[in-house]
Amino acid sequence: MSSLLQAILERTDVWRGAAPAGAAPSITSGFPALDAALPGGGWPTGCLVEILPRHEGIGELRLLGPALAGLSRGGRCLAWIAPPHLPYAPALAAAGIDPARLLVVRTRSPQETLWATEQALRAAACGAVLAWPAAARYPDLRRLQLAAEKGEGLAVLFRAPQLRAEASPAPLRLALDTANGGLAVHVLKRRGAPLAAPVLLQQPIVARPAAADPADHAVDRDQPSAAAARDSRRAHA
Amino acid sequence: MRARDPAGETEALLALAGWAAQFTPSVALELASAQPARFAGVPFFSALSLEVSASLRLFGGLAPILAALRQGLDAMGFTACIACAPTAKSAIWLARAGRETALDSARLAAGLEDLPVRLLDCDADTLAALAAIGAETIGDLERLPRDGVARRFGRGLLEEIDRALGRRPDPRTFFTPPPRFHARLELAAEVSQAEMLVFAARRLVVQLAGFLAARAGGVRRLVLRLFHRDAPATEVAIGLVAPSRDAEHFTRLARERLATVGLRAPVRAITLAAADIEPLAGEPRALFGGAVGGAADDWAQLVERLRARLGAAAVHGVAAVPDHRPERASRRSEPARGQPAPARRQSSAAAPREGYAAGPPRCIPGAPRPFWLLPQPRPLAEIDSVPHHGGPLALLAGPERIESGWWDGDDVARDYFIAQTPDRALVWIFRPRPSGPDGVNWYLHGLFA
Repeated sequence: MSSLLQAILERTDVWRGAAPAGAAPSITSGFPALDAALPGGGWPTGCLVEILPRHEGIGELRLLGPALAGLSRGGRCLAWIAPPHLPYAPALAAAGIDPARLLVVRTRSPQETLWATEQALRAAACGAVLAWPAAARYPDLRRLQLAAEKGEGLAVLFRAPQLRAEASPAPLRLALDTANGGLAVHVLKRRGAPLAAPVLLQQPIVARPAAADPADHAVDRDQPSAAAARDSRRAHA
Repeated sequence: MRARDPAGETEALLALAGWAAQFTPSVALELASAQPARFAGVPFFSALSLEVSASLRLFGGLAPILAALRQGLDAMGFTACIACAPTAKSAIWLARAGRETALDSARLAAGLEDLPVRLLDCDADTLAALAAIGAETIGDLERLPRDGVARRFGRGLLEEIDRALGRRPDPRTFFTPPPRFHARLELAAEVSQAEMLVFAARRLVVQLAGFLAARAGGVRRLVLRLFHRDAPATEVAIGLVAPSRDAEHFTRLARERLATVGLRAPVRAITLAAADIEPLAGEPRALFGGAVGGAADDWAQLVERLRARLGAAAVHGVAAVPDHRPERASRRSEPARGQPAPARRQSSAAAPREGYAAGPPRCIPGAPRPFWLLPQPRPLAEIDSVPHHGGPLALLAGPERIESGWWDGDDVARDYFIAQTPDRALVWIFRPRPSGPDGVNWYLHGLFA
């Protein structure tokens, strides 16, 4: 009897009231405090994750950076569907994300965004799908959730903060806010017990002044044009 | 009622021969036995023979070949009568008599015995004479004395029976497929909806897939032409990232492409053409079923599907360029093709590589770059010498001086700062040196998302 009960409790779709749900497949977020709050100990794969930043530029991509870097190192492709701007390759490389793994899809209408997101979610090659749907109704999201269950990758939707109170089929919903110079992650919904207090993260973008290493330079020294530029500037100065 | 169209039948059989070559390289077209008088002088093919004895092992026996033949013919919209026998002649007799059987050598003579003599290649007078002497079946003719039959009807009849029974060699000229693919389908009724054309296109696509399989090749580009009654033909080109011969994949792409095409007029006929056939090896199969290395294929198919619907320019990759000027350090690129993606289960366990094999840029320590770079720097208001972007900006780090590009006339001289907006977003701003046109002192260039 107890072994039967144990078997039931070990199922990923059964959880007890007090704890976050058990070992669902997940990718570490790179932030231990956040990992502890997420069921499965990281970003869940094969299900929709909604991120609702209070405004653009709050650190929504930095939050995903370590997970995306890990996926790109593993050779997985990253699909960005209808991003608000073009992703910038030097910043990706600095975060450890190989730009060659990116697939950027630009769309002309919300319907196209939803269609392209569904296609990317169903493709096994995509390690992560990041989408910025302009408008999505509950049935659309439900469709995307079913597609995400088919694939095994990380599926992230960035949505407007006004949608906090709206119902969504995504099993994990996070709202992002700033607090004390860091990022406050409110877990609006997760599998398992609800989390009352936000998770506070520090994401230092302004690095401490690094030891200036003149050899470590973005432009290859061998390139004649760059070398010429430098020399000529020196001569003028 | 429609009259028989020998030219159309021959064209269809030629197309089928190209498709059937995927089962065996020995495909032959058979002339009609009784050439109708009206069509004298025109080669009138009426059957295909496939020599499959060498293919039995590859396909796993006769039954899988027959099943594949029927499935393919059905998908192309043909009905066929298929018979198997140790000699080509006897198989064609059986098929023409409508007997879908498979005979082996032991049962060959018995199986042919009750076939009617009209299957023989002879004229109406001979058939009447045979009926007059009471020889109605091949068996009746066999039982007559050979000398007498030869004297009365010529050696031709006996030799034909000998060829059918394998007593005499029966060589044939095998079909050589054309170097490029072109097939046409007349629609039974005019079609005015693009979605309906997908079903018609699928028939041609199946034919193309068989043609490519026979040549162990694949194509990167297909051209579908839609013919209208009173308007010039519409051309629909379908491009692929990697060569393929997957009928399902072609059909999906055709569906997406046709959905975006506005039909000017109802369509009467469609053609499918493919040139530039590239070699494409067969896919290795995993020991326990399933495909090996499906992720790279899957990736290419995703890119093609997205491009078919959204346009080629809407789907791209990103590449870093070694240049100090921020707007030139990143550019759009082709999405990487044929990624050597590791097996799906290994992704998280794969050993992390330090650095990059193919050398994307090393980042400058202490010089962070924003995830979003605006395509054009946006001028910022300045109030009391403080830049404003939704409120006063607080400078957190900088300046990082970038001076570069004097050699190509697009030189920049800027001091970059990282600034924080009142709602605590981080932005990348710069001050040009000297200040920009109209005295603008500050520009917004990126967002640290």
